[in-house]
Amino acid sequence: MSVPRRIGLRAVALFYLAAVLVGPLAMVFYRAFDRGAGHLWDSLSDPNAIHAFKITLILAAIAVPLNTVFGVVCALAIVRRRFPGAGIVNAIVDLPMALSPVVVGLSLFLLYGRTGWFGHWFQAHGVQILFALPSMVIATVFVSLPFVAREVVPTLREIGDEQEQAAHTLGAGGWTTFWRITLPAIRWAVIYGVVLTTARCLGEYGAVAVVSGHIEGQTETATLRVQDAYENFDLAGAYGISIVLAVMSVIVLVAMTFLKPKEATS
Amino acid sequence: MMYLSIVVVLPIAALVWASRKDGVHAFWTVATQPEAVAALKLSLGAAFLVSLVNAVLGTITAWVLVRDEFRGKNVVNAIIDLPFALPTIVAGLTLLALYGPQTPIGIDVAYTRTAIVLALLFVTLPFVVRTVQPVLLELDRESEEAARSLGASELRVFRSVILPNILPGILSGVALAFARAVGEIGALVLISGNLPYKTEAASVFVFNRIQSGDQSGAAAVAVVMLAISFAVLLAIGGLRWVATRHERA
Amino acid sequence: MSIEISNVSKRFGDFQALDDVTVDVGTGSLTALLGPSGSGKSTLLRIVAGLEWPDSGEIRLAGEDATALTPQKRGVGFVFQHYAAFKHMTVRENVAFGLKIRKRPKDEVTRKVKELLDLVQLQGFGDRYPAQLSGGQRQRMALARALAPEPNVLLLDEPFGALDARVRAELRVWLRRLHEETHTTTVFVTHDQEEAMEVADSVVVMNRGRVEQIAGPRELYDAPANEFVMSFVGQANRFGDSWVRPHDLEVALSPNGTTREAMVERVTHLGFEVRVELARDDGEPFAVQLTRDEAERLELERGQIVYVRPIRETTFA
Repeated sequence: MSVPRRIGLRAVALFYLAAVLVGPLAMVFYRAFDRGAGHLWDSLSDPNAIHAFKITLILAAIAVPLNTVFGVVCALAIVRRRFPGAGIVNAIVDLPMALSPVVVGLSLFLLYGRTGWFGHWFQAHGVQILFALPSMVIATVFVSLPFVAREVVPTLREIGDEQEQAAHTLGAGGWTTFWRITLPAIRWAVIYGVVLTTARCLGEYGAVAVVSGHIEGQTETATLRVQDAYENFDLAGAYGISIVLAVMSVIVLVAMTFLKPKEATS
Repeated sequence: MMYLSIVVVLPIAALVWASRKDGVHAFWTVATQPEAVAALKLSLGAAFLVSLVNAVLGTITAWVLVRDEFRGKNVVNAIIDLPFALPTIVAGLTLLALYGPQTPIGIDVAYTRTAIVLALLFVTLPFVVRTVQPVLLELDRESEEAARSLGASELRVFRSVILPNILPGILSGVALAFARAVGEIGALVLISGNLPYKTEAASVFVFNRIQSGDQSGAAAVAVVMLAISFAVLLAIGGLRWVATRHERA
Repeated sequence: MSIEISNVSKRFGDFQALDDVTVDVGTGSLTALLGPSGSGKSTLLRIVAGLEWPDSGEIRLAGEDATALTPQKRGVGFVFQHYAAFKHMTVRENVAFGLKIRKRPKDEVTRKVKELLDLVQLQGFGDRYPAQLSGGQRQRMALARALAPEPNVLLLDEPFGALDARVRAELRVWLRRLHEETHTTTVFVTHDQEEAMEVADSVVVMNRGRVEQIAGPRELYDAPANEFVMSFVGQANRFGDSWVRPHDLEVALSPNGTTREAMVERVTHLGFEVRVELARDDGEPFAVQLTRDEAERLELERGQIVYVRPIRETTFA
């Protein structure tokens, strides 16, 4: 390819990325430190902010392990056991990726609300689902469902089951085979999936916003807090939390880059 | 092993059903409210535009990442994943910082449709790039050389040899980007201003209706969005099938 | 069209792929570039095609300087080892590609494609996709595709390397016959010296980026220019400073003046020929080739002591 054309394409791509991604991100860092680091610290040590981070971390701590186990089990079922409907299960696992978070939130709202299907039952037993942690957990689990499964499935397919067959002929039972043969083979795919799942949990907004009720100090996640702060003209607060979230994202991004299964550049 | 997936699948299925059930009676009237229609039109239009931009710029970006060499390319490649890692609300805030009321570069498009498009471009950026990259990597370079030796100009080589092979990748990426764009909420909440009929996207419409207690209104539009998601998932599968039929012996 | 390669050098990083190579290929000839991996033969071919650029040196096609021309402008047909088929196009569309680029009228294209498919014996396969063809069929399609725009030069890069032995043998005969019919200047690259000897009029032996010898098959075998050519083309045994071909060794059951003692290690019957592997008195292994009758007369067995003498030997300065 001729040199001017090559440089031209490169310039287009880089400019696009700078305008859409890099520029805005840099701005947030700039703005957060605009009024000095001290101010930043104040807004971050606001008890509501700390609580919001706590909630976010709790949600992630529950959703990630659950979805990891589910993801691995599901991937194994889809790839290794030929059962009718495997295609449908595959599609259903992909569904959260195509659904809008508000739609997810609304569905949960309708299901567990006072007039919802399960709402009655929970109400009768005095268990609060909506506007409380349980619904937020369910919402987070839902939206971060696919990632581990989607990463593990192609890896499982690629390794093939010959190693497992060999293990069986050597006398290893189901669990031993899984633990010593299968799991080590897929561990990087699982780890990468976990990183993606965590990122999704940390970043979730729409579904949780609908079901949580935004109750300051109780059912606010970090992301909800950003919105809240901004709408209450607490710019410093909003930027402060965003910075922390952005830093966490960069860490996640670095992890993603190093753990990525395949080389995507020549 | 299967029961675990059922534990999760069943609620999902129930959710799907629940949302449809509630809007049954007044569904059509509610769904065709002018405000709802405007919101849907806006979301679909924006998603369409954004998908188009992604198809072109995403492919160019993938091309540059695969075929070009320059210092810092690895960093650039890593940055592509930023929209996957960054919370969408923060994305909205960052765009607001650069292209909003306190913009340092003189571009203030907050609370306009441009802002919506911008926000959607951010969140959908990785899709086409990431679906095209592996295909480009696997391309048989010798076919391109063969075409050149047969007299094809560079443009012709791209049109006749490269494009047909990366098209399935582009289409998959576009479909994913489209689905994401239609459903996006976090990035739009702060930057779009939510003016009904003007800058209120479908997702925001649903959100607002839930807040104000109009569940059937929300559900109606939500169901339409759900249908779009399904359609897109089907489209991806279908496109892949059609485009790879020449590989089936 | 003649090809003049003058003082071409090419380097990839630290690796010197071609070192001051000069070769003249006559119009209408069928030439082989023969050598082990890394000898530079594929690189040279690609430079002639315009798929690589030399660091220094010149390429002239039909007397005109073509060094700076892109592959599109050189009028060369190129056939790749792994076919480089356009996977998303049918066989017919593949073959027609070069003609469509040149905007030939539709009926001419249809006619030519049919002619070529008949020539390569793929009639009836026109509407299939490359994925549905066998390796040999794909390579024949690639040949038809390269020939369609009537190139002045046909270049083939280890064209039969990816195919199994029998298909390879068939296609070799086929290539020679094709050349006899079309008289297009043809250059092909191979690491298989049998292939080069069987197919080509003229062989360019290359090693480590240099040309070792350019000659016809017979001369290459009977009068090799140096040790490398002697040992690469055909079999050769080394006795001290001289080299002896396996069929130039006389085997006797009793010593006779200039003979040397050796022990039979293995006797292999390859149809008409018998190959005998022996170890010399100093332990060095070597091989002798006898006809079936000769071997029978000697009644050779493993462990037997015999006496060998070279009938003809070659020494290099």
